[in-house]
Amino acid sequence: MSFFLEVLIGGLLAGVMYSMVAIGFVLIYKASGVFNFAQGAMVLFAALTFVSITERGVPFALALVITLAAMFALAIAVERAVLRPLVNAPPLSLFLATLGLAYVLEGLAQTVWGTQVHGLDLGISDAPIGAGAVSVSRFDLFAAATAASLVGGLGALFRWTRAGVALRAVADDPLAAIAVGIDLRRLWAIVWGAAGVVALVAGLLWGARVGVQFSLSLVVLKALPVLIIGGFSSIAGAIAGGLVVGASEKLAEVYVGPLVNGGIETWFPYVLALGFLLVKPAGLFGERSIERV
Amino acid sequence: MSSDASVWQRAREPGAAKLSARVVVRAALVLAAAALLVALPLLVDDYVLSAILVPLLALSLAGIGQNLVTGYAGQLFVGAAAFMSVGAFAAYDVHLYLPSTPLLATFAAGGLVAAATGALFGLPSLRIRGFYLVVSTLAAQFFVEWLFTKVGWFSGNSSSGVITAPPLRIAGVSFSSPGGHYWLSLLIVAPLTLAAHNLVRGRIGRGWMAVRDMETAAAVVGVPVRASKLLAFAIGSFYCGVAGALWAFAYLGTVEPHGFDLDRSFQILFIVILGGLGSVAGTFLGAAFIVLFPIALDQAVAAVAGRSVDPGLLQNLEKVLFGALVILLLAKQPAGLARLVEIAWIRARRFAARYAPRSRS
Repeated sequence: MSFFLEVLIGGLLAGVMYSMVAIGFVLIYKASGVFNFAQGAMVLFAALTFVSITERGVPFALALVITLAAMFALAIAVERAVLRPLVNAPPLSLFLATLGLAYVLEGLAQTVWGTQVHGLDLGISDAPIGAGAVSVSRFDLFAAATAASLVGGLGALFRWTRAGVALRAVADDPLAAIAVGIDLRRLWAIVWGAAGVVALVAGLLWGARVGVQFSLSLVVLKALPVLIIGGFSSIAGAIAGGLVVGASEKLAEVYVGPLVNGGIETWFPYVLALGFLLVKPAGLFGERSIERV
Repeated sequence: MSSDASVWQRAREPGAAKLSARVVVRAALVLAAAALLVALPLLVDDYVLSAILVPLLALSLAGIGQNLVTGYAGQLFVGAAAFMSVGAFAAYDVHLYLPSTPLLATFAAGGLVAAATGALFGLPSLRIRGFYLVVSTLAAQFFVEWLFTKVGWFSGNSSSGVITAPPLRIAGVSFSSPGGHYWLSLLIVAPLTLAAHNLVRGRIGRGWMAVRDMETAAAVVGVPVRASKLLAFAIGSFYCGVAGALWAFAYLGTVEPHGFDLDRSFQILFIVILGGLGSVAGTFLGAAFIVLFPIALDQAVAAVAGRSVDPGLLQNLEKVLFGALVILLLAKQPAGLARLVEIAWIRARRFAARYAPRSRS
């Protein structure tokens, strides 16, 4: 039983990471209706930039500020170079543009900073903390706490700030939002910036775990089923979906994997998501769409 | 599509008597082009044949499959490579377990198995739409890759893990030279291209486009939406499957699951985007671009730097340029290279018409 609990908790903590990527994704989807495939590339870009700066002797806090500035610069560039020219383009074109953007970011990050794997030490030990028969890594708890405070911060931001209210207005009805004078372009830049911040946090936490390397970019592939399960437009859904995917894929790998030669982690979340789709097509927290001719 | 529409319009113009000459010229041009395609191995060296033309034909075929599903039927489909690998492994297994099967029949079997798999993974499209469908097709991508890696039966339980493609031989004629690979590819790709070209103008193709443009409206005017979607997945996957078998047998000479990974799927998707969604001819332009771009960039960088550059750096540079080009093209010309070529053609004709002698109009 304690083994089961350990696997479960390990999975849930991995799920926290998936949720973080999914949250960045939900932010952008809500504000601009863009299915942002580049979210994983943004995680890679942020983490690689941060690590490379610190490796050149820049102190932690300053490196954090520089990377944050870089992510906001990136957000403004994306708004100018990708979103603005593609206003009113069909959703498919926007999705493909973000696929192009992912290529640009991955290539750019690795051209500038190189392709080697960087270690990242955030100064938090990975020592296990025991609680009865179950032990949990201290780092994982730290990651979960960081993610929780990030979500809390974002929630507060969207509830009480001007930009947050504007975001909710745009998510509700873009045309009405424009009509009352919300600057959609500025809002897009802000939201992509916020998604960049989320990407940075996710990249640092995950990078400290597995090293900062190209595979960070592939996290987006885990975030997709998370989004399906949670719904594209709900942050709460992204969190719930991430936990469900993280826990179930680890349990499946441990208990079902050995029966079929293992390695089922790559596709299990997708099959799970498919199952969810067939039962609840709009996701756990998604909105049902109504169509008129 | 539009160019042919104008041919028919011209046929109804008053001066239709002169048309026969035009038809003759057109037929002669088509024949000349076909002859050129067939004679190509005599004109170019082996490198061009086996490193450019054969993969180009195979990727174009997969691109047509992707285009049928995404460009015509409007279903988002990000797992073309999965169905290519299903086709490749099915063709190989048919050869392995039924060794007397003729080569073309193994290709057909590969296509048919891929079609069945495609219809299966297309089933969720009956209930879900748009981006949600990405997940269904990505599920196929990861599941198929895993299946062929883990289950030894598909690769004939070979202990070395290396699979050798069957000898390419049709009715006693060997196609094993680089020229033979090319001819074999042409023999398979050309008729399938014509079939796709005709398919999209018929009832089925029009049904697909109606579903793509507005599903609810299509259902209202009597298009069988569900059947259309499943058929699109099946036929598109058939093309991908045959393309995968061709890629494995004629280009690589081996079958391996990792050659058909997610990057390959994106590559096929990009072929369609760059070439033009909803354009069979554009697919070939897109495939040509995908195959030639890295080679051209390699040459250009080597020429500028004066020496060969670190391949890792070059690969990343290629990614940046490629991604930027995709975004640029989507913003400037969403209809892709096919439309760019069409515009250039129209301009050239206008230019010719302005300066041509007026006597024979």
